[in-house]
Amino acid sequence: MHDLRPITALGADARREDAVGALTLTERPDIALASVAARLGREGEARDRLRAVIGAVPGPGEVQLHDPEAGFWIGPDQWMVGAPFDTHEDLAARLKARFGDTASITEQTDAWTCFDLRGAEVEDALELLCNLDVRRMETGSARPTVIHHLRCFVTRRDPPDWFRVVGPRASADTLHHAILDAMRSVA
Amino acid sequence: MNTHSRIDPASVPDPKQSNRLAGGRVDHSTVLTFSFDGKRYRGHPGDTLASALLANGVRLMGRSFKYHRPRGPLTAGSEEPNALVELRTGARREPNTRATTIELYDGLTARSQNAWPSLKLDAMAVNDRLSPFLTAGFYYKTFMWPAAFWEKLYEPVIRRAAGLGSLSGRPDPDDYDKGFRHCDLLVIGAGPAGLLAALTAGRAGADVILADEDFTPGGRLLSERFVIDDGAADGWAARTVAELASLPNVRLMPRSTVIGAFDHGVYGVVERVSDHLPEPLPGKPRQILWRVTAKRAILAAGATERPIAFDDNDRPGIMMASALRTYANRYAATPAGRVAVFTCNDDGHRTAADLHAKGVRIAAVIDTRDDAPRSPDYEVLRGAQVAGTRGRLGLTFVTVRQADGTERVLEVGALGMAGGWNPNVHLTCHQRGRPVWNDRLAAFVPGALPPGMAVAGAANGALSTHGALSQGAETAIAACADLGRPTNAAPLPKAEDAPVTQTPFWHVTGCKRAWLDQQNDVTVKDVTLAHQEGFRAVEHLKRYTTLGMATDQGKTSNMAGLAIMAELTAKTIPGVGTTMFRPPYTPVPIATFAGRIKGRAFHPTRLTPSHHWAKERGAVFVEVGDWMRAQYFPREGETHWRQSVDREVTATRNGVGVCDCTTLGKIDVQGTDAASFLNLVYANGFAKLAVGRVRYGLMLREDGIAMDDGTAARMADDHFVVTTTTANAGRVFRHMEFVRQCLVPEMDVQLISTTEAWAQYAVAGPNSRDLLRRVVDPDIDLSNDAFPFMACAEVTVCGSLRARLFRISFSGELAYELAVPARYGDAMMRRLMDVGADLGVTPYGTEALGVMRIEKGHAAGNELNGTTTAANLGLGRMVSKKKDAIGSVLSERGGMNEPDDLRLIGLCPVDADARITAGGHLMARDGPVDAKHDQGYVTSAALSPTLGHMVGLAFLKRGADRMGERMRLVSPLTDLTVEVEVCSPHFVDPEGGRQRA
Repeated sequence: MHDLRPITALGADARREDAVGALTLTERPDIALASVAARLGREGEARDRLRAVIGAVPGPGEVQLHDPEAGFWIGPDQWMVGAPFDTHEDLAARLKARFGDTASITEQTDAWTCFDLRGAEVEDALELLCNLDVRRMETGSARPTVIHHLRCFVTRRDPPDWFRVVGPRASADTLHHAILDAMRSVA
Repeated sequence: MNTHSRIDPASVPDPKQSNRLAGGRVDHSTVLTFSFDGKRYRGHPGDTLASALLANGVRLMGRSFKYHRPRGPLTAGSEEPNALVELRTGARREPNTRATTIELYDGLTARSQNAWPSLKLDAMAVNDRLSPFLTAGFYYKTFMWPAAFWEKLYEPVIRRAAGLGSLSGRPDPDDYDKGFRHCDLLVIGAGPAGLLAALTAGRAGADVILADEDFTPGGRLLSERFVIDDGAADGWAARTVAELASLPNVRLMPRSTVIGAFDHGVYGVVERVSDHLPEPLPGKPRQILWRVTAKRAILAAGATERPIAFDDNDRPGIMMASALRTYANRYAATPAGRVAVFTCNDDGHRTAADLHAKGVRIAAVIDTRDDAPRSPDYEVLRGAQVAGTRGRLGLTFVTVRQADGTERVLEVGALGMAGGWNPNVHLTCHQRGRPVWNDRLAAFVPGALPPGMAVAGAANGALSTHGALSQGAETAIAACADLGRPTNAAPLPKAEDAPVTQTPFWHVTGCKRAWLDQQNDVTVKDVTLAHQEGFRAVEHLKRYTTLGMATDQGKTSNMAGLAIMAELTAKTIPGVGTTMFRPPYTPVPIATFAGRIKGRAFHPTRLTPSHHWAKERGAVFVEVGDWMRAQYFPREGETHWRQSVDREVTATRNGVGVCDCTTLGKIDVQGTDAASFLNLVYANGFAKLAVGRVRYGLMLREDGIAMDDGTAARMADDHFVVTTTTANAGRVFRHMEFVRQCLVPEMDVQLISTTEAWAQYAVAGPNSRDLLRRVVDPDIDLSNDAFPFMACAEVTVCGSLRARLFRISFSGELAYELAVPARYGDAMMRRLMDVGADLGVTPYGTEALGVMRIEKGHAAGNELNGTTTAANLGLGRMVSKKKDAIGSVLSERGGMNEPDDLRLIGLCPVDADARITAGGHLMARDGPVDAKHDQGYVTSAALSPTLGHMVGLAFLKRGADRMGERMRLVSPLTDLTVEVEVCSPHFVDPEGGRQRA
C-alpha cells in the first residue's frame, strides 16, 4: 500500500461542504470515474456488458442510478461510469476486465471534480449557472452543459432536489465559486 | 363593526404634499422620505420618483442635453426622454436614470444632472440663447478645422457642455447575475392582453413566463378607470395576477424588461432584482440578465402615446395626456391644480374627464377637430390649436389659437398632449422585420414577425380594452394549439370597445421652436434643415439631427420626425420608412451584461496539482491560458527573477530539477486502428512504433503549416498516450475528434482527454535517475538498458500507486516525466523534494523551462506560430513521403519550398555582453535597414546561464547554409543594433549524449 496522501480538487485533505440557506453544496472526491467507449463494430457487445455492470444502457440525456456502479451517456456509444472511490479506485482496470476488447476504457477519476447541490431552491440556483431546462429534467436526467465557460455534466438524482455537477478538476475552485455565488443569489 | 363610518387611511392624501390627490394605488398611510437635489420630500409606497416629486409640486426635474432647457417628465413610463436623474450616491451613483420608472423607497437620494450650479439657475442655459447657431449639423460644420483639434479640444469641450449624467468613477460594488430560463410561452407585458394570454395558456397547463417592466402588473389598467366584468379593471388585473401566481406552471417576472428578441426563440430579459431597495440584500444581485428560451412568445407591449409639436412644447408641466391620467389615477398625483389638454382624438377627453373626477380643474380641452365631443364638466375648444406657452421653469400660461383665428390665454400649470398612439412594435423588428403602415390608426403596426412570436393588444393596434383582451386570448389559444395543448373555452371578460380611429396631427404649423426629440433637443426646424441640406433618407436624418439617438431611442419622437420628413418630401410616412429597431429596448447597465464575469472571475482558472505546494514555496505564478503555472521559485536573498531562474537552470543541468508539466495536453487514444490513426494525424510515421516506446511527433494543418508538436507513447498495441503543447491542447483534441468522426469514421479509434486526470512532473538532470529510483517501486529497472531514452511504461510508485513513466527530455538532460493520478500530485511533489534533498533537487518554473529549451534548440509556441512549416523548423525530413498524412501533400506546395526559405538557426552575440531580443530582425552587416532587406527574425531569446551569454532562436533565409555568418540584429522600435553570429540552434549538448546517458 502506498503512503501518498491525496488532496481534494479544492486542495484540502477533507471534502468541502457549504450551506447557504436551505441549499447545500458538497464536494465529492469519493467517486471513481472511468469512460467507456464501444469499439467500432462491437457496440452491441459493449452495451450488453454495460447493462450487466450498471443494469441498463443510458441513452442520450440519461443517467442510470445504480449501486455500486452507475453511468451516464456522454456520446454515441460512450458512457461515464462511476463507483465509490474507496472500493473502486481501480475502476478502470475492473471495467477493462469486464469489457475486454469490446470497449476502450480510460481512467477519468481525477479528470473531474464532482459537486452535489441539494435543497429546495436547487432549480433556481442551476438556472443562474447553466442553460439547461432544469425544471424539465427528472430524476435520471443527465445533460452536458457549460458553467462559467467550463464544460460540465449535470445529473438529476433521487430525491429530485439533488443534482450532481461534474466539472473539470483543475478548475474546481472556479466552479465552486460560481456555484456558491448562485446559491447566495437564490437562498 | 361599522366600516362605513371609517375612512381608509391608505387613501387619504398627505397635506404636506401639495399636489397629492386622494385614492390611487399608493399607500397613503405609509410615508417614505426621499431627497432630490438635497431637499427632502415625502412620498408613499407605490410611487415612482417622478410621481412623488409631482405630488410635492416639483415639475422641474432636469435640463436638456444640448440647450440646457428646463424639463419635467413627459411620460409616466420607460419611454421617458426628459426626467433623467443621477440616482443614489457614492459608488452606487447611476446617471441617466428615468425618474418615471424609479420605484420610490425610503431614503432614496437623487440629483439632477447636466445643470450647473443648480437646476433652477443653470449657467449652461446660455446655449439656449445661442440656439440659432447651434442647429443640427452645427458641430460638423463649425469644428472642421484644424482636424487634429476635434479629438483634443472641440470634442472634450462640447461633451462637457452638452451631456447627461456622469459616472461615479468608482468600481460598481454590486453583483449582477446571468441566468437561463425555458418556457413554452413567454408573454411580454402584463396589460390586459398579456394578462389574459398568460391566464389562458396557464390554465391550459403550458409553462408560461409573464415578464413585465413595471413593478405592478396590470399595464394601462392601473392607469384607467375602466370596467371589466362589471368591476374596476385594476381589480380584475389583481385577481388575474393572483390566479396566475397560484398556478405552478406560471412564473411572474415583474420588474423585468424584455430587451431583445434573438434567434431561435431566445429573449433577453433584464430583471431589476434590487433596484427598488436602497442596496441589494447581502449576496443578492442587483439585476439579472436572463436568457429566456421560449417555444412561443406573445408580445403584448402596449402602445406609446405620441406628443404634438408646437412652440415651446417642452416646458415642465407639459406631458402626455395619458401620463397625466396615470399620475392622477394610479399615483394620486397631479403636476398642477389647473390643467388643459391638447388633443386630436377622443383619448384626450378621457384625461380631462378623469382629472375632473379627481378634483383637478380643467381649464379647457383644446381639440384640433371641428366636431370634437362636448362635455358638461369643462370647456372644449373645437378646431383650436396651441400657439405657444410661457413659464421659465414650469408652465404658467398656454396661448390657444381658436377656430376663428383669435387667441386666448389659459392660465394652467400642466398641459396634456394627446396625439394618438403608436403600437410598441420594437421587439417585432429585432430580427430585421419591418413594421407596416396602418391607415386607420395612422401608425405602424407589426409586419413580419420573428419565428414563434405573435402580437396582441395595443402593440398590435388593438387599442380598446376589449380588443386587447380578445387578442390576448386568441394568440394564447393559437400558441397552445401549436404546442399541442388544448385550451378550455372561457368567456371573454366584458370591457369597453370604443371604436378607435386616429387622425394624425403631428405639429402645429409655423412654429419657431417646436420640440420633437426632447432628450436630444431636436426641433421641427432641425428636420427641415436636414431636408434642405439633403439629408433626407431616414437613416441620414437620424444621424444628421441626432433624432432618436438618445437613451430613449426616440420612443416619443421618431414618428413625428418621419411624418415631418414625409411632408417635406411629399411622400407618405411608410414611403419615408423607419430606422432599425435594435436591442436593447431600454438602457441596460454594462455591468448587467458582464454579470459575474469580471475581475478575478473574468475567466476560469486552472490550477496544477502542485499549485498549493508551489504557493507554499513562494512561487511566482504566470497565466498560461487559463492555467496558473509556477514561473519561478524565488529563494531568500534573491532580488531579481533572473537570479532565481539562473539558479534553477544550473541546478537542473548539474543535479536534478522538477517541473510541473501537467498542463501539457494529454489525449488517450485507443482502438485497434489507433496506430493507423496517429500515422494519419502526425506527419512522421507511427505505425511501427514499438510498445513501450515514445516518439516525437509533428502535426501539420491541412494546408501544410505546422500545427503542434508533442509525443505519443505506445502503452499497448491498441493504446497510445499523446501529449500536446499547453496552448494547443484543446485545439489538437478538437482536430483529432474531427479527423476521427468526419475523415476516418471507418477507423476503430476512441479519444478522450486525460490532461487533468494525471499530475505529470518533468524530472530532469544528471541525478534524475537516482531520484526516481527512490520513488519508483524497486521491481522496475530504470537502468539505461532496461529503460532507455524514449522508453515508457506503466509503473508503480511509493509502494503500489499506479503511475506512468516516460523517458523524454525537453531540457536536453537525462530526463523523465512521471505521471500519477492528480489527487496524489501534491504528495508526489512533496515526496520528490523530500527524498531528493541530498541530490540537490530543485523545483523549476516555466522561465527555467524556457531557457533550457532555447539552449537545447527545441521549438515551442514562438516558433510554431502558425506561419511556419516543418522545413522552416528544420524538421522537413520528419514529413514522411512513405505515407499519407494530413498536411503532407500541401506542405510540398510551391512558395513553401523556395531556395531562400526561412530556417531555424541559433544566434550568439559577437560581444558576449550584448543583448538579443525576440522580435528583432536580421539584416546584413552593412546596407539599409528596411523591410526590403529583411533576412529573418528572432523568435526566442534568453540569457543562458550555461554559456554565460544570451542566445537566440531565429528564422533566417537559407539559415542552414549560413553557419558562422555575422549579421546585424536590429530592433528599430527599441533602438537596438547588435552584431550576432549564426550558429546551430542546439547550444547545449548538440549530439544529445546527455539525454541518452
